[in-house]
Amino acid sequence: MKHLISCLKSYRKEAALAPLFKLFEATLELIVPLVVAEIVDVGVASGDRAYILKMCLVLVGFGLVGLGFSLTAQYFAARAAVGAGCELRGRLFRKLQSFSFTQIDETGTSTMITRMTSDVNQVQTGVNMALRLFLRSPFIVFGAMAMAFYVDRTAALVFVAIIPLLAAVVFAVMAACIPLYQRVQEKLDGVFLSTRENLAGVRVIRAFRREERETEEFDGRNGELLAAQKRAGRTAALTNPLTFVLVNLAVIALVYVGALRVDAGALGQGDVIALYGYLSQILVELVKLANLIVTVTKAVSCQKRVGKVLDAEGEPSALIAADSESAGEPSALIAADSESAGGASAISAAGESAGEREAVRFEHVTFRYAGGGAPALSDVDFTAKRGQTIGIIGGTGSGKSTLAHLIPRFYTATEGRVLVDGKDVGEIPVERLRERVGVVPQKAALFKGTIRSNLLWGNGAATEEELLAAVKTAQAEDVLAAKGGLDGEVAQEGKNLSGGQRQRLTIARALVRKPEILILDDSSSALDYATDARLRRALRETGCTVFLISQRTASVAHADAVLVLDDGRLAGKGTHEELLRTCEIYREIDQSQNGGKRV
Amino acid sequence: MNGTKRNRTGTLAGVARYLKPYGGYLVCTIVLALVTVASSLIVPYLVGLAIDCIVGAGAVDYGRLGNLFLTIGACVFAAALSQWLTSLCNNKIAYHVLADVRRDAFRKIEKLPLRYIDAHAYGEIASVVITDAEQFSDGLLLGFTQLFTGVATIVGTLVLLFLLRWQLALVVFFITPLSLFAAKFIASRTYTMFRKQSEARAEQTAFIDEMIGNLKVVKAYTHEDENEARFDELNASLGKCALRATFFSSTTNPVTRFINSVVYAAVALVGAFTVIATGGAFSVGNLASALSYSNQYTKPFNEISEVIAEFQNALACASRVFALIDEEEQPSDEGNAELGRAHGEVALRDVSFSYSPERKLIERMNVLVPAGKRAAIVGPTGCGKTTVINLLMRFYDVTGGSVTVDGKDVRSVTRSSLRENYGMVLQETWLKRTTVRENLCMGKPDCTEEEMIAAAKAAHVHSFVTRLPQGYDTVVGDEGVLSQGQKQLLCIARVMLCLPPMLILDEATSSIDTRTERKVQDAFARLMTGRTCFIVAHRLSTIENADVILVMKDGNVVEQGTHEELLRAGGLYAELYRAQFAPV
Repeated sequence: MKHLISCLKSYRKEAALAPLFKLFEATLELIVPLVVAEIVDVGVASGDRAYILKMCLVLVGFGLVGLGFSLTAQYFAARAAVGAGCELRGRLFRKLQSFSFTQIDETGTSTMITRMTSDVNQVQTGVNMALRLFLRSPFIVFGAMAMAFYVDRTAALVFVAIIPLLAAVVFAVMAACIPLYQRVQEKLDGVFLSTRENLAGVRVIRAFRREERETEEFDGRNGELLAAQKRAGRTAALTNPLTFVLVNLAVIALVYVGALRVDAGALGQGDVIALYGYLSQILVELVKLANLIVTVTKAVSCQKRVGKVLDAEGEPSALIAADSESAGEPSALIAADSESAGGASAISAAGESAGEREAVRFEHVTFRYAGGGAPALSDVDFTAKRGQTIGIIGGTGSGKSTLAHLIPRFYTATEGRVLVDGKDVGEIPVERLRERVGVVPQKAALFKGTIRSNLLWGNGAATEEELLAAVKTAQAEDVLAAKGGLDGEVAQEGKNLSGGQRQRLTIARALVRKPEILILDDSSSALDYATDARLRRALRETGCTVFLISQRTASVAHADAVLVLDDGRLAGKGTHEELLRTCEIYREIDQSQNGGKRV
Repeated sequence: MNGTKRNRTGTLAGVARYLKPYGGYLVCTIVLALVTVASSLIVPYLVGLAIDCIVGAGAVDYGRLGNLFLTIGACVFAAALSQWLTSLCNNKIAYHVLADVRRDAFRKIEKLPLRYIDAHAYGEIASVVITDAEQFSDGLLLGFTQLFTGVATIVGTLVLLFLLRWQLALVVFFITPLSLFAAKFIASRTYTMFRKQSEARAEQTAFIDEMIGNLKVVKAYTHEDENEARFDELNASLGKCALRATFFSSTTNPVTRFINSVVYAAVALVGAFTVIATGGAFSVGNLASALSYSNQYTKPFNEISEVIAEFQNALACASRVFALIDEEEQPSDEGNAELGRAHGEVALRDVSFSYSPERKLIERMNVLVPAGKRAAIVGPTGCGKTTVINLLMRFYDVTGGSVTVDGKDVRSVTRSSLRENYGMVLQETWLKRTTVRENLCMGKPDCTEEEMIAAAKAAHVHSFVTRLPQGYDTVVGDEGVLSQGQKQLLCIARVMLCLPPMLILDEATSSIDTRTERKVQDAFARLMTGRTCFIVAHRLSTIENADVILVMKDGNVVEQGTHEELLRAGGLYAELYRAQFAPV
């Protein structure tokens, strides 16, 4: 709840004014029965038609003023709810962007998107409803009680007795409903999963003739959902009958007390009508409240899920301890800016002295993914000199990408240290570090826009010449020619480009930032041998330290050093020729690819 | 217009079909709702009578009051009970119909031709089964009771008012519909605002999809600040639209409430005048009842206007759900013979096939693969390699000619018995979100632990599976801990466990590194001996050893022969071979 409240903070005024105007409106409504009592006790008793007419016009006037109050309240409620919704969405977006790779893996893309979209929308609706109606109900209920005291203290005791009972019923039902509706949501997720799987996996399911099994499984989940829905429905259905009984029992008590008071001459008949009117108002209010329970219940559970994301600590930024609320990476980075300028220059100064200075060093690095059993990397130790090309090779799941991901600190080493320019990556502000590292991921993701807008991701300030130079190095000039130059359209995910075109553009994007360290994660797999070779030559000329992850020994054969990974261990380290002599695994890999054709 | 009307009738007929088994409950709901309405409406009248027993000091009829209290108590109890039972009946109908609809929709998915599933986005079909079905149940079934109770309450109130004093009934009758008009007016005005809101929302969602979907790239390029700026822009424009839509749509209640207060004042005026004019024959208690009625009167109006707005949407959802349920199924194979364990001679005779009538794909294709032989299919992208697999597995049916196994037309045997004879590994791996064990044993659910582990070892998955947090009981799925290559190895192990007489391998090792592939190769070779194999691959070694290579282009087999024959022929195969495999 604390996140929602803090999101509402900038709409404090609106969030306060909305219920306040509701209060005004409710007050007017509460005066109505008094006016009616006057009509009966004064107007009807004396037969004064003019007085009755006047009082009825007063009622219409109350209605009109009430309309004004109510519209004002709705406006402020909408502003507060929409504003808080936007604020919440904004904070979530920032928080998600600050997530570390581990958190991204753990949370999952679809969950993150659901939190940002449907969950926040539910919360927004909930806030709006709560401000408009949820607070109105207590006003009316307690207001009615106050008015009853004004009319007659003795009769008002009936109100005092009934209100706690009503509150107990409403809250008990609501408290019982929240977990029940959460359960419904869980079961619905299961049904959704079954449905989606049977569409995505239709070929495999049919090939293995699993249709009946899958149907049984679906029936099971569907049945569980049905049971959960019925339980929640049964419980929610209790509110109306229970409150109806309680209020009407109070009516009987009230009429009886009223009879005694009138009999004693302490009260008029009109007053009894007024008191009855107050009880009726309470009942109407409670029915509205009961209809709201489902909406609010849903909003509360969505709010909890959103809150969980917001509670997560974003990626820790090195120099600055995260400060309370907006603990995400961005704010910490801004704070880090002043210091990092000095830091960066210190790094380069340190480097100047050594002629062949080291770019990256791994010191006995071990890394374990959160929740994954065995370490993905164990005791990896090596040094890469500036300007070198380092090949990384190994089987599926041997830890090649993991190793590369530790350099820009996408993940943090579990044991040991990763150093860039002699400095522990944990001590370099994340943004500074990543500015100097160009990563070309395995999955060549481009974004909707133009080729230019995609390349500018590398460096927003790059000139036309710099962009074209990067394109040239990445061997992507023909892509530009085919797509109409830098301003050629790129569809979402780059769907209008072939795999090879996408790969070369993502390489160009990385080059635009003129990185000191370039990581190519199997990113030339869709290129033919000739282009791949030209690309490697061009990259060497840029002078940056290149980490080249590949499955093919031919791609790493010309590297200054090759790291051979096997199940997360460094199985060999050296040049192609050395490894062919010394490393059994490397030899096997090489033979599996070139063995047949090496004459 | 006529078309949509007929469509609507069809939808309502569909609703009726699903309601039929719950006819008894439906009758109960209606009867109980009437009891609820009647008994709860009578209460204010009785309270009015009770108030008439309290005229003034010393003029209170306690005896009559006691009797009235008993009657009121009985009515209240009856009303509460029937209201509760109505909800139960109603829930029963709504949730059971929903479950029935989902059950049928799911069964339909299992029987839909691949042609339909391939042509629709998964999300689209899933949203029909999940969201549309729910909207239909909420809007049409729960809405129905609300609508029915609402109308009954309105009619009942009018009748009672009429009995009390017909002039009052007329006042209420003529003023109240104003609130309906007001509600409708506001709804039509807010429609555009809601549309703008959903447009703004769609734009934002697309952005979220793209950026959160590729969050790792965003972070690699420290593009967070730019994204934030763009997001804030989208968020602000959404906020603007949302504020307008939310506010204007929320004016309905205050406006109808105002109209209600006018009704209330009018009833008070006319009622009070009547009390004076009739000299108390229309009593003060009657006036109290009338006021109470007019107070409760707008609630059903509000509900009805909400329900009607919802109704339209629910009907549209229902028609989508029924369209899916009524979709044509793949031709039934009931009564077809079982294929039994095949030898594996596969022939395509004069086969023609196309995905759409306008674009011809395969025409008069003839291939014979003798039992136990190995056929490799090669060719440029889009030449129809995958289509051949679709035809072999009978995911699609040929439009001309025939596919036979052991001389039997595949359309004359059951799909199940045909597919039992095939083992398939596709490039696009798919794992069910369940344990590794269940995924492995998918084709042979009754296999022993030893068999499973033997297959896992042969496919080189045993070592990494045992390193997973819960070993064979680790839950895997499409998203998650496994790499693409590991998934593909699991799919291979899955087939190694069944040992069917025919194999289809569509780029089955494309994500596996060459060294591991080599290790798996032996097991693969063992698996393939004596089995008819169809192999789509771009690695030379797999193709070279094939008994027959089918070279496809634009849907047709343009060359057929062994590796040497085809190289000698110097045609398309030789060209492909040079382009793809020759070293630079």
